[in-house]
Amino acid sequence: MIEVRNTTKSYRGSIVVDDVSISLPAGGVISLIGPNGAGKSTLLSIISRLLPASAGTVTVDGMDVATTPGDVLARRLSILRQDNQMTARLTVRDLVAFGRYPYGKGRLTAEDEIHIRRVIGYLELDAHAGRFLDELSGGQRQRAFIAMVLCQDTDYVLLDEPLNNLDVKHAVAMMKLFRRTADEFGKTVILVLHDINFASCYSDRIVAMRDGRIVYEGPPETIITPEVIHDVYGVRADIHEIDGKRMALYFR
Amino acid sequence: MRWLLPAAGGVVALAAASLFVGVSDVTMGSLFSPGGSDEAVQILLASRLPRTLALVLAGTAMAVSGLILQMLARNKFVEPSTAGTAESAVFGMLMVTLLAPGTPIIGRMLVASLCALAGTTLFLAILRRMPLRSPLVVPLVGLMLGAVITASTEFVAYRYDLMQSVRAWETGDFSGVLRGRYELLWISGVLTAVAYAAADRFTVAGLGEDFTTNLGLDYRRVVALGLVIVSLVTAAVIATCGMIPFLGLVVPNLVSLMHGDNMRRSLPWVALTGAGLVLACDIAGRLVIHPYEIPIGTTMGVVGSGLFLYLLLRRNAGGTGRAA
Amino acid sequence: MQPDRRLLPPAATIAALGGLTVVCVLLFLTLNARGSWSFVLSFRGTKLAAMALVGVAVATSTVLFQTITNNRILTPSIMGFDVLYRLIQTVLVFQLGSAAVAALDPRLRFGIEVTAMVAFSWLLYRWLFSGSLRGLHLLMLVGIVFGVLFRSLASFLQRIIDPNEFLAVQDRLFASFNRVDAPLLALSAVIILAVCAVVWRQARMLDVLALGREAAINLGVDHRRAVMLVLVLVSLLVSVSTALVGPVTFFGLLVANLAHLLADSHRHRVVLPVAALLAVLTLVGGQLVLERLLGYAGALSIVIEFLGGIFFLVILVRRAGR
Repeated sequence: MIEVRNTTKSYRGSIVVDDVSISLPAGGVISLIGPNGAGKSTLLSIISRLLPASAGTVTVDGMDVATTPGDVLARRLSILRQDNQMTARLTVRDLVAFGRYPYGKGRLTAEDEIHIRRVIGYLELDAHAGRFLDELSGGQRQRAFIAMVLCQDTDYVLLDEPLNNLDVKHAVAMMKLFRRTADEFGKTVILVLHDINFASCYSDRIVAMRDGRIVYEGPPETIITPEVIHDVYGVRADIHEIDGKRMALYFR
Repeated sequence: MRWLLPAAGGVVALAAASLFVGVSDVTMGSLFSPGGSDEAVQILLASRLPRTLALVLAGTAMAVSGLILQMLARNKFVEPSTAGTAESAVFGMLMVTLLAPGTPIIGRMLVASLCALAGTTLFLAILRRMPLRSPLVVPLVGLMLGAVITASTEFVAYRYDLMQSVRAWETGDFSGVLRGRYELLWISGVLTAVAYAAADRFTVAGLGEDFTTNLGLDYRRVVALGLVIVSLVTAAVIATCGMIPFLGLVVPNLVSLMHGDNMRRSLPWVALTGAGLVLACDIAGRLVIHPYEIPIGTTMGVVGSGLFLYLLLRRNAGGTGRAA
Repeated sequence: MQPDRRLLPPAATIAALGGLTVVCVLLFLTLNARGSWSFVLSFRGTKLAAMALVGVAVATSTVLFQTITNNRILTPSIMGFDVLYRLIQTVLVFQLGSAAVAALDPRLRFGIEVTAMVAFSWLLYRWLFSGSLRGLHLLMLVGIVFGVLFRSLASFLQRIIDPNEFLAVQDRLFASFNRVDAPLLALSAVIILAVCAVVWRQARMLDVLALGREAAINLGVDHRRAVMLVLVLVSLLVSVSTALVGPVTFFGLLVANLAHLLADSHRHRVVLPVAALLAVLTLVGGQLVLERLLGYAGALSIVIEFLGGIFFLVILVRRAGR
């Protein structure tokens, strides 16, 4: 269970996350949606201790992220942000192997090797495992980074716009993988998503943010409605139910 | 504009102070007293007056050169010592000294200015080839180009035992200025006047090639004129008293903070501030460890880099980071 | 699974470089030797030891610095580290008087200087890297200008301390490639070995640091503490190399980039030895060629600056768009 209590983040007077409180129970896929600048990525960074909060506390399974040792948290929670640039020249396999660092501090056991190979398989990267990241396409690189966090094998997996750079086929495969991670392995996957229909089809819960605050929260049925979408994004949307999933059409 | 006169008065006062500061006593009293006047007048005419004139001429010219170069490179962080100009001039001086030791000073200066011209042109050519230059990378390129040229200079100088001369050209020092050994600087005085006459063209060139052409000016000609002025001035200053670092950088920036970037309006201020800053630094250098002297290259290095840091960090704190 | 596609296995790269280095060292010690062997060996041995220590220190400090800044064109010297050490040396003379400093045991003097260096550089660079400076180019420019400021301040103080007196001690205080400060060799070796031992133990953590701040935190590294530790190690190494031979601006840049290219590995346990060997090889080999073959004794640092400067210019121009 992740608990965010009265958390605020401000930069030089401008408030990005405004007194947010929310409990996210363990298990399932949770999507954070909202317009640009709503504070989704900032909130995700605060939960994952990449950014210190200006006020308030965040606990993960009762551990305060601000005070718990980093390596303890690294075995409980993993985070992938957008724009992963690095100067180090790594192969895909090297990168994925870093996911095991919190366990053996760099020494790989036979069990680690099994994890690494399995995750590379899940993300269909077997053919590219020996290639360097800078030789890959944007989508392949994105999948390699996701493989690294999944290899970390944490109870909570936080991903900031993981579908960036992915084509339709890989985006669908990725969402299915997240679903499977939650259903089969009992993980909690928290995503920042731009595509509300992906959020609708694959999440158990959706959290909608606007202007630094959480404005709506609940299962997709209660969030993917014309009223809520208009309130959050300021656009008119028609909602159609297809195969039991609610889809928003907002292109007109 | 109305502060220009008081500012000019301040510079005149500094110049007057410069006449009376030094190892041997020159005071109003000694000048006009019947007994000691001869000696005092001698010192005044042979050493103090030339030194003060040299300071004013060099300070004005270097500050104005910095301003011109900033217009041409369209970057606020450029000046002769961050564009390869000064280092190339030193290289030129070394080459003449080595290959034609008998050349009179004016000839040396001309060769040095040719080298400075080549170095600065190379700098501008590198800038043109760079894709998407950020304002801050421009002085970095200039500093590195300067470092490479300096390394070549020092290699040759080391080989032929001329390191001492090179150090003298690299560090500005007015203590050796005497009558008969500074007159070259009048050339830079004339060039400063030319720069003032052409000020509007430089302002236009500072807005870019397309803009200049649109207004019916020949961009390449304006750039060429500017480069010639900057190279000649830098070479003249280095040949007479050595490099004064950062002067051309900080003075135009300080002036631009107060008066904006119209060169016709800012140029008198740049000239005055340049002269004033050089006079102040030199006088301070004469007083701090009296009777010894600290060369102006050192005092200006401290003051100039301090001011430069202030400018860099102040811009950053503002957060706007206006592209220069 | 496709095998890794490295040019050479890391062990082979290290072995090849090691072999070349040994050859250069032997040539350096024996080529054109005239007179008594014991004299030649001890004279050249001192020089060799200094070059080896400086090579290891410069290579290691640069690689570490680039790891924590996640950037391949920053080096401690470009950021003004080594000139800061010069300034501290000068301030010490200024405070105590040149006679008192000259009378100090060189090792004690060195100890005081290194302590001051670690403290000051730590404070300054913690501020520089605390994120208050936006953007790499600004950071570099500020570093370079700090370098100029430190250098000018040092020469300003040198003038203030009685110029005549200062000249007298200058030779003894400030080393260069031609004038190695021999009494400090043993102490320097101890410091460098200790630093290298720490670095070796933390090598895997350094691998993680190289992934960048966010990835490192995600993997459980206390990023702030790790960076501070590395900064302390870097200032120790820079102190040692500057005390032995004075500032060398571009050498580290050249060596670290070549090492990354040759090693083609992200592992510090590969990159660091390759960088150190390359550095020693460049210094000893360069000295061998310049001094023994071309007769330009003492020009080594100038040649390195020249090549390094051009190299820097090339990467700067090529990467400026990014």
